Amino acid sequence: MTRLPEFHAAKWDEPLVMEMGRPGGRGQLFPAPEPEVAEAVGTGLIPAAMARKDRPELPEITEFEAQRHYLHLSQMTLGMMGISLFGTCTMKYNSKTAEYATLRPELAEVHPYQHPDTLQGVLEIIHDFDVILRSLSGMDQFIFQAGGGADAAYTMATVARAYWADRGLLGQRTEMVTSVQAHPCNPATAAAAGFTVVNLPLEDNGYPSLDALKAAVSDKTALIMINNPDDMGIYNPEIKEWVRIAKEAGALCFYDHANFNGVMGKLCARELGFDACMFMLHKTFGAPKGGGGPAVGAFGCSDELAPYLPCPVVVKNGDRYELDDDRPKSAGKVREYWGNVPQVVKAYAWARAMGAEGIELASDISVVANNYMDKKLAEIPGLAISNPDVTQRRMEMTRWSLGPLTEETGVGTADFANRMADYGIDPWWMSHEPWIVPEPFTPEAGELWSKEDIDHWIAVVAQIAQEARENPELVKTAPHNQPVAQLKGDAFEDPEKWAMTWRAYKRKVAGDTATQGVA
Amino acid sequence: MTSQTRAHPWMANSAPGAVQAMLDEIGAASVAEVFEQIPKDHFRKTPLDLPPALDSEVALRRDLVTKLKRNSDCEANLSFLGAGVWQHHVPAVVDEIVGRTEFATNVWGSYQSDHGRNQAWFEFSSQLGALLNLDVVQLPVYSWGCANGHAVRMAARMTGRNKVLVSALSDPERLSVLRTYCQPSEMDSHIEVVSVATDPTSGRLDLGDLAAKLGDDVAAVYFENPAYLGTIETESAEIARLARAAGAETIVGVDPVSLGVMTAPGDYGADIVTGPVQPLGVHMHCGGGVGGFIASRDEARYVHEYNGFLVSVAETVQDGPLGFGLACPHQNSYGSREHGKDWTGNSTYLWAIAGAVYMSLLGPDGFRELGELIVARARYAAKLLGAVPGVRIVWPDTTFKEFVVNFDDTGETVEDINASLRKHKIFGGIDLSNQIPSLGKSALYCVTEVHTAADIRRLADTLKEVLK
Repeated sequence: MTRLPEFHAAKWDEPLVMEMGRPGGRGQLFPAPEPEVAEAVGTGLIPAAMARKDRPELPEITEFEAQRHYLHLSQMTLGMMGISLFGTCTMKYNSKTAEYATLRPELAEVHPYQHPDTLQGVLEIIHDFDVILRSLSGMDQFIFQAGGGADAAYTMATVARAYWADRGLLGQRTEMVTSVQAHPCNPATAAAAGFTVVNLPLEDNGYPSLDALKAAVSDKTALIMINNPDDMGIYNPEIKEWVRIAKEAGALCFYDHANFNGVMGKLCARELGFDACMFMLHKTFGAPKGGGGPAVGAFGCSDELAPYLPCPVVVKNGDRYELDDDRPKSAGKVREYWGNVPQVVKAYAWARAMGAEGIELASDISVVANNYMDKKLAEIPGLAISNPDVTQRRMEMTRWSLGPLTEETGVGTADFANRMADYGIDPWWMSHEPWIVPEPFTPEAGELWSKEDIDHWIAVVAQIAQEARENPELVKTAPHNQPVAQLKGDAFEDPEKWAMTWRAYKRKVAGDTATQGVA
Repeated sequence: MTSQTRAHPWMANSAPGAVQAMLDEIGAASVAEVFEQIPKDHFRKTPLDLPPALDSEVALRRDLVTKLKRNSDCEANLSFLGAGVWQHHVPAVVDEIVGRTEFATNVWGSYQSDHGRNQAWFEFSSQLGALLNLDVVQLPVYSWGCANGHAVRMAARMTGRNKVLVSALSDPERLSVLRTYCQPSEMDSHIEVVSVATDPTSGRLDLGDLAAKLGDDVAAVYFENPAYLGTIETESAEIARLARAAGAETIVGVDPVSLGVMTAPGDYGADIVTGPVQPLGVHMHCGGGVGGFIASRDEARYVHEYNGFLVSVAETVQDGPLGFGLACPHQNSYGSREHGKDWTGNSTYLWAIAGAVYMSLLGPDGFRELGELIVARARYAAKLLGAVPGVRIVWPDTTFKEFVVNFDDTGETVEDINASLRKHKIFGGIDLSNQIPSLGKSALYCVTEVHTAADIRRLADTLKEVLK
């Protein structure tokens, strides 16, 4: 076996910022009110009953100490600076050009309530990007208010509510049908929106049967929410029939395009019959993920559903761009304003930099690379592909299982994830709940990572599999060269031990007598 | 396979031969073969119709900058817009830290590989907890309005009740989000949103009306401090007492930059506290800088109702630094799908890091100075504007950074006045005329630490001129 590069994470033994500093230390000064201001308004401006008397227990550090502390914390974050084949999240290069463009005052220092005359540039970009997404999906209108994929799923549920309420049928159309392996955000947002969730089980071929769907849909079905391909890398070839059956029952059909990377430029949601879809701009369209947002779930729909969209909608009238707030049938807002605008601009930049040809090439590369990875993983003993009866080539990612290796060695997928970091490889994605295969992991190569990166990643997996057989404790006690060791999990479910703030920790662990508010 | 001739800088395997090498390895004759799962009649019939690629960085940058320059921003103009997105100073160190690629491009690692990020998250919650005087702070959700939606639904689950009382002078933007979260009235789990009257002389909640509406069906009372129109609820403790006596939860929305000078909500009886994170070191970003926090006392009945990520300190198996992990992860929708507490997903966690850096830079004295400066300049602005003929400040002495300016006696509409101000490179306050008709021709003005006394005089002088 070729020698793997050595790695050790930065370890600063960094104190908590609340433990740093010295009384009176300052990191940021503000001017005193100008003399004419002070003279005009006097002091004691906050009503006595609401004037703060205690000093908040914040750090008192210099500007440099704050900078150095948080740089240290960034250095103790791997954050895809290794090789991150994090399935379901489509790790991409996040363009610095786009990042810097959005930090210009022409966007960063813009208020969403400015007069549209002063917003023509950003509105033009949003409109142009809307048109790009329309071409990719066949939908008639996109909005960007949703702050992530889950929020776009929620948007779908609220649009469905408004659609059925407008027909006087919201009291009857109370159910949302999906598959047990759809992303949790689909059933969770539908339930939070007030719908009853109907989960369809999977067959051996990897997707629910048409019979199960037929039995589930009825005049109670408000909508179906489905992704395709799924996280196993399996494409449901009956999806057109699904949509036909659901629409025959009157239901709306929502395409969760979270797994768009392998089919972009290949499929068109509207041609398949869907009424609406969503794209995640922070994965498929190259905007950064921010460690969990700010993100964007771009929600697109047909003209039939457009009247129910949350406001405002960016529209073009002649040469002018406007924010349309006058939509009496609108479902209401899912979030304030018109979305995480800088992320939309970055996604626009990605689409423009790629062009139609680049987008189609990226989907080619991502599916070819995943199949290459599948072949290499199959050569490592102890790893098993999900749905082994499915012999066709998978899409842009594949769900795998460590089951046989775990049975043999006791080393599981979480142990593997921990050990990967010791080699400077970002821990892999295991699986959303529920786990359909034992000890799952889900790699996705996308178009960013080179064949050499993929080979390196495979070599690390093979190395850890070998370690699992030769020295399982080494893997089970990993990681060994990270900033901290494995956590004791006992605090996370114990009200006596969990501490979500430093003041709580001091009270519980250090016996600090500080009160925690007036009960 | 498309006919791209040059490798794309963002795709390593677009270099010549890379795809072919992988196809050879997997024994596929063509790229088309790897798409064998997709039935022929599923492939799109209409070709993609996209603008030509800008695959060089120089061309891409030109396009972005050319378009963005068609905006006119709040640095090129003097802006008094607020109401949920405010122009505050963002320290340069904050921009550096949130721009760090490890934080900006990260997705989700292990508690060890993401240790630094998780510590920064914990420091966000800890420092905000110190401002709020509360022990539990969740990582932020999408926005303040979304935080209110989740908080009200928490209260409804905790009390088994389905009504929330809010101020009649609520922000329509946040209120629209709250109504969405509370579901349409046709649905069984609908939560009714009921307005409480306000005192016309102060803008504060009418406690008589509040008491009258606080029946045993009320899950929560929600009020803000400072409120939407900038006013300060001086009887916050009494509102919380009334709510508690009726078995309802008290939810308070606060502006965190006010907390150097205003009483912490944990000290006047708030059960759940929400607020915006944008003032804590995030640019306005055209509204894309928003996020919303949720906090509470540290009691299991609250903690077990949170929808998102609660970062807890944890000991490790070795002597050494503390680690950080997620408390109660199984109650969120990642763990429990439709049986979880509401739902969660990608949120605004990068702004938690911005907030952590911001709060550590300011410290206790920075927050005090900031609050004193803002309230002084805002009152100064109210005084100067109130002296302009025909202009009246509706509640001149009870506000924090925002205040209502009435133009009824000028004979002009807010829309026309703002159009005139724009010609002088001034963005006037938000037009309330249609939003809250009872206030007449009024606008909501916002003044922060970025507005100097000279800026404020320029506004007052320009207003005098355009109203002549």
